[in-house]
Amino acid sequence: MSHASDPGRQDGGSWIGRSVPRVEDDRLLRGNGRYVDDIALPGAVEAAFLRSPHAHARIESIDVKAALEAPGVVAVWTGDDVASLPPMLNKEELRTPPGLAALLDPTVRMTPMPLLAGEKVLYVGQPVALVLAENRYLAEDALELVDVRYAPLPVLVDREDALSEQAPLLHDGLPDNTAVAVRARVGDPDTVFASAHTVIGERFEAHRYVASPIETRAVSAQVDPYSGRLNVWSGTQTPHRLREATAHTLGLTADTVHVVAADVGGGFGQKGILYVEELLVPHAARVLGRPVLWREDRNENLTASSHAREQIHSIELAADAEGRILGVRDRILVNFGAYNVTGLVVPYNSLCHLLGPYRIPHVDIDVTGVLTNTTFATPYRGAGRPETVFAMERAMDRLAAALGLAPEELRARNLVGPDEMPYTTGLVDRSGSPQSYDSGDFPELLRRAVAKADPEDVRARQREGARDGKHIGVGFAMYIEATGLGPFETARIDIAPTGRVRLAIGAPSQGQGHRTSMAQIAADAIGVPLGVIDVTGGDTEATPFGVGTIASRALVNAGNATHRAGRLVREKIIDAAARRLGVPADSLDLSDGVVAAKEPGGPSMDLAELAGRAPLPGTPEPTDGRHGTEISETVHFRPPGFAVASGAHAAVVEVDEHTGAVEILHYVVVHDAGVIVNPMIAEGQVTGGIAQGIGGALYEEMVYGPDGQPRTGTYMDYLVPTSSEIPDLDMDELFTPSPMNDLRVKGLGEGGAIAPQAVLANAVEDALRPFGVVVRRGPLSPSRVRDLIRTPATPA
Amino acid sequence: MTTIREARWLKPTPFDYTAPRTLAEAVALLGDPARDTKVVAGGQSLIPMLNMRLARPELLVDITRIEELAHLTVDASGALRIGAAVRQARAAADPAVRHGWPLLAAAISHIGHPQIRGRGTVCGSLAHHDPAAELPTAARALDARFVITGPGGSRIVPAEDFFVATFSTAVDDDELLAEVILPPPPAAQGWAFEELTRRHGDFATVGVAVLLERDSATGLVRTARVVFSGAGPVPVRLSAAEDALVGTGVDEAALAAARSAALAGLDPSDDVHASAAHRRETAAHLLVRACTTAWERC
Amino acid sequence: MTPSVPAPRTVRTPPLAEPSGWHRITLTVNGERITAEVESRLLLSDFLRDRLRLTGTHVGCEHGVCGACTVLVDGEPARSCLTLAVQCDGAALRTVEGLAPGDAPLTPVQRAFHTCHGMQCGFCTPGFVMTATALTEQPERPGPDEVADALSGHLCRCTGYRNIRRAVCQALDERFGE
Repeated sequence: MSHASDPGRQDGGSWIGRSVPRVEDDRLLRGNGRYVDDIALPGAVEAAFLRSPHAHARIESIDVKAALEAPGVVAVWTGDDVASLPPMLNKEELRTPPGLAALLDPTVRMTPMPLLAGEKVLYVGQPVALVLAENRYLAEDALELVDVRYAPLPVLVDREDALSEQAPLLHDGLPDNTAVAVRARVGDPDTVFASAHTVIGERFEAHRYVASPIETRAVSAQVDPYSGRLNVWSGTQTPHRLREATAHTLGLTADTVHVVAADVGGGFGQKGILYVEELLVPHAARVLGRPVLWREDRNENLTASSHAREQIHSIELAADAEGRILGVRDRILVNFGAYNVTGLVVPYNSLCHLLGPYRIPHVDIDVTGVLTNTTFATPYRGAGRPETVFAMERAMDRLAAALGLAPEELRARNLVGPDEMPYTTGLVDRSGSPQSYDSGDFPELLRRAVAKADPEDVRARQREGARDGKHIGVGFAMYIEATGLGPFETARIDIAPTGRVRLAIGAPSQGQGHRTSMAQIAADAIGVPLGVIDVTGGDTEATPFGVGTIASRALVNAGNATHRAGRLVREKIIDAAARRLGVPADSLDLSDGVVAAKEPGGPSMDLAELAGRAPLPGTPEPTDGRHGTEISETVHFRPPGFAVASGAHAAVVEVDEHTGAVEILHYVVVHDAGVIVNPMIAEGQVTGGIAQGIGGALYEEMVYGPDGQPRTGTYMDYLVPTSSEIPDLDMDELFTPSPMNDLRVKGLGEGGAIAPQAVLANAVEDALRPFGVVVRRGPLSPSRVRDLIRTPATPA
Repeated sequence: MTTIREARWLKPTPFDYTAPRTLAEAVALLGDPARDTKVVAGGQSLIPMLNMRLARPELLVDITRIEELAHLTVDASGALRIGAAVRQARAAADPAVRHGWPLLAAAISHIGHPQIRGRGTVCGSLAHHDPAAELPTAARALDARFVITGPGGSRIVPAEDFFVATFSTAVDDDELLAEVILPPPPAAQGWAFEELTRRHGDFATVGVAVLLERDSATGLVRTARVVFSGAGPVPVRLSAAEDALVGTGVDEAALAAARSAALAGLDPSDDVHASAAHRRETAAHLLVRACTTAWERC
Repeated sequence: MTPSVPAPRTVRTPPLAEPSGWHRITLTVNGERITAEVESRLLLSDFLRDRLRLTGTHVGCEHGVCGACTVLVDGEPARSCLTLAVQCDGAALRTVEGLAPGDAPLTPVQRAFHTCHGMQCGFCTPGFVMTATALTEQPERPGPDEVADALSGHLCRCTGYRNIRRAVCQALDERFGE
């Protein structure tokens, strides 16, 4: 892919498909970004939270007297002080789609979260008290003076203990520690497994790691003295949901709450959910009558913002003698942490992405999510897919070994072919409809990945033997991703009197470059130059309806909403110009911002002229001195189904048998996200996703001790990879258009992050074949690799 | 092994600050029994602990403006003297250091990143004494002597007595590490500094500094120094490994013996990043590599 | 100080009940001489952001790992979260706002981050840009290891680093020739 050398559109071409340099950058490069903590709110009070040091304890008493007397303290609140506010419950995320409910009848238990823990704390880091002071230093001074007495309770950390009779019960109102449970079956798996030529069974663990955006979470709020509205600035991926929750919690109507997600320094899912801090800060601003700012610190972000990924898969594959997979059975255990925040989202994603690109007729997948005394887990880039792909792709390699087949050959024998599209798996998708893969060419993805990774060359080098104890290995992993989750997204386009085009979308950007890519879509749809378009995202005043930027959905939903709104606006412009010019609309064309007759020499009119002076289409010429035309369209795009993106990754690694160090020699990615709007941005998304996946595969883990204390709560111990750890990637792509939307696009924000854990584990296991190891969990730190070498593999 | 995990805060507690111009003033301030004082120089180890409220001094005494601590010189005896205000980047770039004490320059190059080395001081890292850090290990290998100044004047402490335990040294509360002295290197000395880190710039999971002196007459090892980082609460000098190397030509047998000595003699601990067994095995492996490199450099 | 030097701008101290000692410091920030009263414990990052409202310097971890807060102190990149404001008395600081003030054209480093797409959310970018700026201001072109070492002092969660490496390489090419 080329970019940078291709800065703009060539005459007559479309903007879509071009690596337009981002319009966002100039401001950010000058230090003029406005992340929440950068927004000046003179006189703001700073908030700091006292958080539980216990994983599970009853709160016996809280004494805030000394804290209240500390210098600069404005207020100190405990659970009692906010008891009149309802606990937080994101019903939208916890809702089971009717189709899913009817077919599978999943269990989904509600665990409302108190804004400040009153009776019990359920994880280390849970907010217990809120100090509001003149600055953060003084607030932290006062936090130290809040005297909380805890009576520790038995701690439940290991998810496998959660459902035992002896396990402490986390939520008094629930019968046990089950958060969700769902099972799906296709065909007759039991019969198939009983008679199959080869059956393998393994247990694979996806370990806990976290999104860790470089900007931590932040929220500020102020009652606007002019309008009386409550203004809330939050680094959120879902501003409209925050508006609804804020209004609900504080007893306001939604139209008196204005949420803005200004510049957001990365989200990756962690900022896509609701947090109690986001509700308490606006509450404080109203109560105190002063602006209030809270910026999470890194320790809080690592230990108390949402975690992700922790799953155990007990997976079995059955195959015939030719390596055709007949069936899969998987028991998936998901560690939810202390609260059920996002319900079926992650577990069901794991369930309905397990089959991946493979044709597997008989299926039995059972998922249980359990509650433990750890920080709550929610979607993080991939949201259940990296975990399930780790299990399936590891199982594929174990099956290949059992059958004596090369891993890529086993995969090739089981891929769904392009001629089978749309392909139905027999499962039900996340929205409750029969699961269907709309498009894709999985065999071609694999063929290209194999050609680049050259496994035969790796095997030839393996046969030459290790050099200095360094072993080479190759691995593959494939995935599909149902992208473009509904229910809808909004785009509103206005033509300003100056002729500039204002595009507002519900979805905010956390670095995805919407101001550029959405403008490209709008420019093509309307027929205007890119430079006249201004894009706003994530401002609830600009688009009263919206969902957000999560689940690889923004391009599909907001992009197609933008496209449709742009087409409608284009018609309105041409109609208005026809009226002004007194010619039939079908004699006019609009391109580059000028409406002109299709025939040479005819009349023409630019957008500024039209929008500044023309009357509304369909209305009489005004006679009262008013002039100007309002041309505007709002579209809520509702996707008819998922656009399925797909990819094949391959990695060649070298493992030092002495130190356990893993070096990535070659990382290959071939992905398919349909039509690409901005190749430069798309490549950046894929690359960034893979870097996070490599982090999870080799470096990052959020570790808890048996006492429920997080042990990797700083950036010294929680190891986000640096430039030195992330290699350049060898990238290729297919462009199988999605039939599910006008733009024929698929989402790709998460794709890169889905396969790295699996592909690196497969490559490391291949490299360590002489030692007979089985990689069952990550991260593949030197110490863990050495443990594998030292301890011969035992059957699962 | 000694990194900080207990952070609950990230703004310092209140303290006062002063930047005296003379060593005498600094010592007088440190000796004030009424106040809990702490020396700050580059701050790259201390300020994280201040931010996390793990260090809670009442007074910070900044010694970077004291002229008499700003020296980086080779004295008449040929020893390298590094004052407490000398930043790591300056020491690593100094031609005399690079020529005479390349192990020191190499150790510094493994510390964090240039953004850290440009602020952090050599003596600050030594006085902070994280046993997974590079400089304590290098100083131990180089037989450093530590000039500690307090109310009663200055005293010189050898490296074997300087490092007491994790984050603890022979420097008392009313004293400061004013200078570190590295004796002149022998004529034919080879060196190596090897470490395994999780990421570029991290503290070592385990590391080793090796110095080998070649006997010009026999061509064999005359003296050896083997010191490990990340292997215990202080830099661990392993004389059994040194003994295995002395009098040899660093042949395979000698390397195997040194390796065995490391496996038998090291007793590192477990933590979230590595098991004790992994540390021990890797230390032994790095020792072999370091010995080979050091001997080639003799 | 010669009489022709204008008096430094005085930054007012917010009226706080600060329990630690206050100090008057005078320093240069992006070429402007500034005098200010600061608390002993005030981190340089907070001084820049809250007192001078230079919010381009971002705070990502406050324990010296992420590098988002990197500024140039007397020409050298340093973590402003691991530096006390009071320690900077007499120092010359440069922040991202000082590179291309107002509408001035972007510097080669800034331009390279733009053309190479070496940024996504932009939060870590000012730190990377300041380190890269220091690399381009060295007398000789730094070697690949030195560049890698310097870049490893920063975390980016969006880009996967490849385009950051390309951007820095491009800026160095422009400064030193390819």
